[in-house]
Amino acid sequence: MAQSKHEKIEKNVFLMIVLTLLTVSVGGLVEIVPLFFQQTTTSPVDYKGNQLNVKPYDPVRLVGRDIYVREGCYNCHSQMIRPFRAETERYGHYSVAGEYIYDHPFQWGSKRTGPDLARVGGRYSDEWQRVHLINPRDVVPESNMPAFPWLDRPAKVSDIQDKMRALNKVGLHKYSDEEIAAAPAAVEGITELDAVVAYLQGMGTALQNVR
Amino acid sequence: MADFISGFWNMYVMVLVALSIAFCVFVLVSNMTKREPGEAKLHGHVWDETLAEYNNPLPRWWLYLFWITIFFAIAYLAIYPGFGRVNAERGQHTQYYAEMKAADEKYGPIFAKYENMDLMAVAADPEANAMGQRMFLTYCAQCHGSAATGAKGFPNLTDNEWSWGGEPETIKTTILGGRMGVMPPFGPALGAEGTKDVANYVRSLSGLAHDSLRAQRGKEAFDQNCVACHGADGKGNQMLGAVDLTNNAWLYGSSEATIIETITNGRQNQMPAFKDFLGEAKVHILAAYVLSLNKDKK
Repeated sequence: MAQSKHEKIEKNVFLMIVLTLLTVSVGGLVEIVPLFFQQTTTSPVDYKGNQLNVKPYDPVRLVGRDIYVREGCYNCHSQMIRPFRAETERYGHYSVAGEYIYDHPFQWGSKRTGPDLARVGGRYSDEWQRVHLINPRDVVPESNMPAFPWLDRPAKVSDIQDKMRALNKVGLHKYSDEEIAAAPAAVEGITELDAVVAYLQGMGTALQNVR
Repeated sequence: MADFISGFWNMYVMVLVALSIAFCVFVLVSNMTKREPGEAKLHGHVWDETLAEYNNPLPRWWLYLFWITIFFAIAYLAIYPGFGRVNAERGQHTQYYAEMKAADEKYGPIFAKYENMDLMAVAADPEANAMGQRMFLTYCAQCHGSAATGAKGFPNLTDNEWSWGGEPETIKTTILGGRMGVMPPFGPALGAEGTKDVANYVRSLSGLAHDSLRAQRGKEAFDQNCVACHGADGKGNQMLGAVDLTNNAWLYGSSEATIIETITNGRQNQMPAFKDFLGEAKVHILAAYVLSLNKDKK
């Protein structure tokens, strides 16, 4: 019997690899690759093309962001407001892709044991955030959020310049040499609490007050 | 789906999607053999010298499921966005704004009705208070507590004592614009002993236990340093958010240690503004709800 098509492919490893790759990459080619060329996902604009006031992470917020990741905040808090009235009434304007362009990695999360934090910036006072992080039940007796009393200690900031350089390799914002040079002074002596509060207070402010 | 840097990417998506569907159809059609009577044929593919494989047709149920997925894909793309710019207007944003519009039509008149009423009248309305309470629990309870009784550093809203004023319109102004209360630190100016003296005087103002000798000394320092905001009689100044020191409402606590801490380091207290987030209509009902919590207390 003539050599079947199956046999041709199965006996040629290279051809098989190429065809397999082609097959499994169709989904990504259709759904992911075009996003690299879409304004709303690569620049700070909302879906109507309005400019958003999204700022790259300054050094203090960067330190805070890493503590947020370290403490696993994303396990209970999402950062993604979906376009449903039930969500926008509580949290504010729904999230748009352009707000996340400086997030590497993004902190969308997938579970809401606690509330969404995408627009928590400015919603509470700095003092509230401090009290609440040290012991949530001091302000919200019903809260089941764990306390984070150890945050009131000096933050590790010696690697801040390395972090910024690393983000320059993957991110859309390129920190300038001056920004990197000025970073150690900006974060000198801050506590972890300072950094996390700064991170939280900067969150989602681009569309904070738009309904 | 709206804003690729060039039209090429819309075509790119459309072509790939169409090709994928067409390819699936092709694969299915080219494998639609029927079972023939007699012995099943072999696939013609032999492994390890003797292992062969029957070339049976695809199971019908599986085949039909595959056809269904293809019809589903086509129907989906015909109804929803996904195929280039086709149906782009049916995306999630359109659905969201439709949902918001329906809600506005339903609830808008209720809010409008109350917004045109005097705050005191709204405060007396049970339906408005029920709405106000639900909003309070969503937006305000995190700081002021679910019973509005506050926490250390966050005012109790049920005791009819006000840092910034308890007039209906003042409460509304507070919620709309927020407040920033600043008590400057007096530790360096007064020294440890002086601070303790003033703390004792402050406690004496509201009739709490105090050292009267210290309170006497503290009064002098109070008259020099504190009266500008808290007034000569310690009754405070609601224009500045300077609290009344003669009542029994304590924002941070009335113990001598806490008062010393307050005087030494000062306090900064912020109420965030809610005008842009909530809008006037909701704030109107919230202000009325806060009023209603205090109406029996004079």
